[in-house]
Amino acid sequence: MSNGWFAGLDPDDDAAAVEQIEAGRADTPEDWPQQAVEAGFADDEAAYYDRLHEVTMAATSAAVAEQEGADDQQLVHAVRAMADCERTANELAERVAEWGGSRYGDSGSGVEYARSLADRDDEDEGDTALRTLAEQTAGLADEADSLRAYIERTAPAVAPNLSMLAGPVLAARLISLAGGLEALAKKPSGTVQVLGAEDALFAHLKGNAPSPKHGVIFTHEYVRGTRREDRGSAARALAGKLSIAARIDHYSGDRRPDLQAELDERIERIQARAEEGDE
Amino acid sequence: MTLPAGVERHDFGGETSLATQGQPVYGERTDGDWRRWDPHRSKLGAMLEQGMETGLEGDETVLYLGAAAGTTVSHVADFAGPTYAVEFAPRPVRELLDAAESRQNLFPLLKDARKPESYAHVVEPVDVVVQDVATRGQARVAALNKRFLTDDGRLLAAIKARSEDVTADPADVFDNVREELSAEYELLETARLDPYHEDHLGIVARPRED
Repeated sequence: MSNGWFAGLDPDDDAAAVEQIEAGRADTPEDWPQQAVEAGFADDEAAYYDRLHEVTMAATSAAVAEQEGADDQQLVHAVRAMADCERTANELAERVAEWGGSRYGDSGSGVEYARSLADRDDEDEGDTALRTLAEQTAGLADEADSLRAYIERTAPAVAPNLSMLAGPVLAARLISLAGGLEALAKKPSGTVQVLGAEDALFAHLKGNAPSPKHGVIFTHEYVRGTRREDRGSAARALAGKLSIAARIDHYSGDRRPDLQAELDERIERIQARAEEGDE
Repeated sequence: MTLPAGVERHDFGGETSLATQGQPVYGERTDGDWRRWDPHRSKLGAMLEQGMETGLEGDETVLYLGAAAGTTVSHVADFAGPTYAVEFAPRPVRELLDAAESRQNLFPLLKDARKPESYAHVVEPVDVVVQDVATRGQARVAALNKRFLTDDGRLLAAIKARSEDVTADPADVFDNVREELSAEYELLETARLDPYHEDHLGIVARPRED
């Protein structure tokens, strides 16, 4: 049997009631008004509904304030910290692998190898030194994972449409590269297309390289999953929809599910060129 | 077709329209304490205006999915009993809260209609589920929320073709939705909501027994 939101609550405890409305769960609905009266939470059903009105108003207005307060700059810090943790964990993992190879002759590599060394029993001081370094490395990789989870939870509140199209992590990266959601919303889609490819772009502007076709949006399956000769088109189509999404997120905040279907359809047409043998 | 108790036709400046009694919410025209329920702004209003047999009598317990800024759900709360309004996007919910302020029987919830377990601890079994969610997988949302309907309850859904697939012919989209929905529901009546809402299908359905 599931529990209603009022289970175990002091009838007068507003904060706890709000918390329960927001975070509680049940698989199936039940006759909550009747159960609340039977449990002595409310005198009668009318009193129950009065209380329910009070707490849903309070809980919903708190949840709205919280979600709207989730700001783009927090997301920028989180995504940069995640990148730092990932990069540092990988660098340290290389060091651990090199050191480990010299002591145990293992041919492991990467963070997974560092994790395996972190569980090893020490036989001497050298083992201990290496093991604690391996632990720190694994810890940094764990930190990157938990930052990623934080980004996945908060990006959809900050930029719902952009997160829908790009996925929360790429959405956060784009916001971070632009310096904020407003800055991203103001960029032309050609700039969004090459965000994160600044080195290649400046090489091109100096006249000694081709123009970059894509920046960080390369990580999106719609660019990566498109054959090489059509990637420029796919990147342009994706960047176009992403900048529209960023503008809606910044200026109106409405959710526009149509955007996803429009993007799917554009990419489908571009990827169909490969089957048609179109050069 | 009979209108539910609490919904009447009133004259608004020479134009007869559906109306309910309550505090105005979105600048709609009023006739005394009756306020105009504009079928162009409300899919459920359009379903009633089209003469669909919604089975609504008034005073029902209602779960409204996709309440948005509360335009339609405020009218529902005017003639229904306890009305639970679920909306996912924070921005429109600010206006929904304003609409709920003067309606003691309207309970606003900032929740995702695709995750019924996140509000089943608040919402009781209901006589009517009204669904107006502009998301892909509208038939799935209806199936997921079937758990809230009593055996003889009604699903009143407005399906938006463009949310499922912008490129497909709406008639094909509606065929697919009808078919998918039929697994969990017995469809009693379906009708296009033109001219009030282009490429929308109104559906009245009853849950199948498990």
